Amino acid sequence: MDNFLKQSWAGLRILLALTVLLGVLYPLAVWGVSRLPGLHANAEAVDTTLVAVTREGDRYFVPRPSAATLPASGGSNKGELNSDYTKVIDERRTAVAQREGVAESQVPQDAVTASASGLDPNISPEYAALQVPRVARASGLSVEKVRELVAASTGGTFTTTVNVTALNRAIDAATR
Amino acid sequence: MSPLVAGLVQVGVLVAALAAAYRPLGDHMARVFEAKSHSKLEKAVYRFARIDPDGEQKWSTYAYGVLGFSFVGIVFLYVIQRLQSLLPFDFGRGNVPSGMAFNTAISFVTNTNWQSYVPEAVMGHAVQMIGLTVQNFVSAAVGLAVAVALIRGFVRHQTDRLGNFWVDLVRGTFRILLPLSFVFAIVLIALGVTMSLKSGVDVDGQAIVNAPVASQEAIKELGTNGGGVLNANSAHPFENPNEWTNLLEIFLLLVIPVALTRTFGQLVKQNKQGYVLLGVMATIWTAMLAVIWGAEASGLRPWEGKELRFGIAGSAIFANATTGTSTGAVNSLHDSYTGLGGGGALLNMLFGEMTPGGVGTGIYSILVMAIIAMFLAGLMVGRTPEYLGKKLGRKEVTAAAVSILAMPTVLLIGAGITAILPSTQGALNNPGSHGLSEILYAYASASNNNGSAFGGITVTSDWFQSSLGLCMLFGRFIPIVAVLALAGSLAAQKKVPVTAGTLPTTGPLFASLLTGAIVLVAALTFVPALALGPIAEALQ
Repeated sequence: MDNFLKQSWAGLRILLALTVLLGVLYPLAVWGVSRLPGLHANAEAVDTTLVAVTREGDRYFVPRPSAATLPASGGSNKGELNSDYTKVIDERRTAVAQREGVAESQVPQDAVTASASGLDPNISPEYAALQVPRVARASGLSVEKVRELVAASTGGTFTTTVNVTALNRAIDAATR
Repeated sequence: MSPLVAGLVQVGVLVAALAAAYRPLGDHMARVFEAKSHSKLEKAVYRFARIDPDGEQKWSTYAYGVLGFSFVGIVFLYVIQRLQSLLPFDFGRGNVPSGMAFNTAISFVTNTNWQSYVPEAVMGHAVQMIGLTVQNFVSAAVGLAVAVALIRGFVRHQTDRLGNFWVDLVRGTFRILLPLSFVFAIVLIALGVTMSLKSGVDVDGQAIVNAPVASQEAIKELGTNGGGVLNANSAHPFENPNEWTNLLEIFLLLVIPVALTRTFGQLVKQNKQGYVLLGVMATIWTAMLAVIWGAEASGLRPWEGKELRFGIAGSAIFANATTGTSTGAVNSLHDSYTGLGGGGALLNMLFGEMTPGGVGTGIYSILVMAIIAMFLAGLMVGRTPEYLGKKLGRKEVTAAAVSILAMPTVLLIGAGITAILPSTQGALNNPGSHGLSEILYAYASASNNNGSAFGGITVTSDWFQSSLGLCMLFGRFIPIVAVLALAGSLAAQKKVPVTAGTLPTTGPLFASLLTGAIVLVAALTFVPALALGPIAEALQ
């Protein structure tokens, strides 16, 4: 017991020293470097397109469903054999098919499933293509123009995706 | 690129990066723990703490150091959470409730990083930095220290000294974890990870919580900690914005446990001894990746709980790496995985976190398993087993057995009681066998100090907070004390010369024995529980 207490005192002193170095100086040093031009915008998420935001109105592309209750990010955590949740997915599929005026079989998976973060800014090129006619109609832009904007917001090295946040801002800019 | 090819390319990039880092990092770590001199900063810390850095310790004093340091770490972390409202950058999130603070303090000190709290609503930047980030470093450094002490047990002979815990702790932090974290934190920011002292940012009219993410993200992966700065962890776009940060984070969480096999080879002066352990780890890891990736690619709704930018492969590789190391960060929700995919993640933990395991914990766990394997081989041929020139007698095998059995014992007791408690039903997020998997996963994660979750389960009740807290505590410190006792008794021995009767531990025979031991111990212990959970679900 004596040895345990002796070691604990030494441990407390070490912990305090390390708290100053690792808990204060280290993060502040990283923060300091992140003030450099070129890093600052990333660090502060200036004009970020990393997260999806639902925009009201048919003239915007709709991101994936979100199970997050902001400010907390997160997903549904529902298993694939959960029949209650299967109903939720079926309802989403019906709603998307109605909104876009297509058959339910044409609705892609990412349009009806909730992402892990609830903030996934991306949709599949298939889901984007599905939304183009409605967005064109509601925004007054031509279908060709909307397709052009979609292409400009499409990217990815291993998985090709469309960034909805960037895309909707491009719609704003084109209709202003 | 087809998804299959894209996935294979990602695995290829990852393996190439790990291969490139293997020797330089492994050799560097070996030199760090063998060095004789102290840097100026280290000397200043030793002076402040009134520690003689050149005095070596017996195994028991070394163990008291680990326990004492972890004890004050838990108390300190508990206190600052309870007093959060007095600290700056708390954004009115208030003091953390007692059960949650207790669980979180144990969780971060034991390198588990199980999170029963929602960071965006509960943790301010001050606790994240001076509490959680600090433990991210030092809990990993404790794992390194214990691993090095065990290796010294094999290397040294006829001595009762295992080194100095404080020196190993400080060196592991200053010479390995801190420089790597600093560099990779900056790289992560350059690739898009955020680093802000503000409470959040407005995105097209929606407030999104921001935090000093990058500094914590780097050590969260490097230290195989895994506690998310934000609730969605590495699925959150601020923590893991794109495919390249995703690959980098997977690399970071694997690199130290993998390179430690090289460090081990260097310290025992026979690199092949390390390569064979790496071979066993890599074999199991690759097999489990095939299971998880294959299961997820053929799931009914594969995108539920996954981020589009990572793809199925990028999610499955992360899931396999985070559960095969004791990291527990997630970039997709394991609760929404298929029966087989989620079961694979669970099985990775049930192997006892040694494929390749956590920082330090992985290498000492697989060395303990190697002792068990050699003991079994010895029984078969009727010889006293030996490993690395040390006889494995009653003391050594007992210590190894205690170390191996601690995790299944606390896991099955905890999960068993929880499964029959009436209040558990209301805590589950999914019905049927998947619900049982949620319980099993929680206790497997806590007892193995992993920290990932089938996150739908609600674990904020006093029962869950305290029982999972105790599982983390016992799952961490019983093996550590047993491993240090083992190291002590190994170091006290004479070195036995290699004879014609010595089973070589660098070849395929030993590799098969060790792989068999890892798989069999897990299978014998857990098949009944797995049959009712993930296996039942996979067969539906």
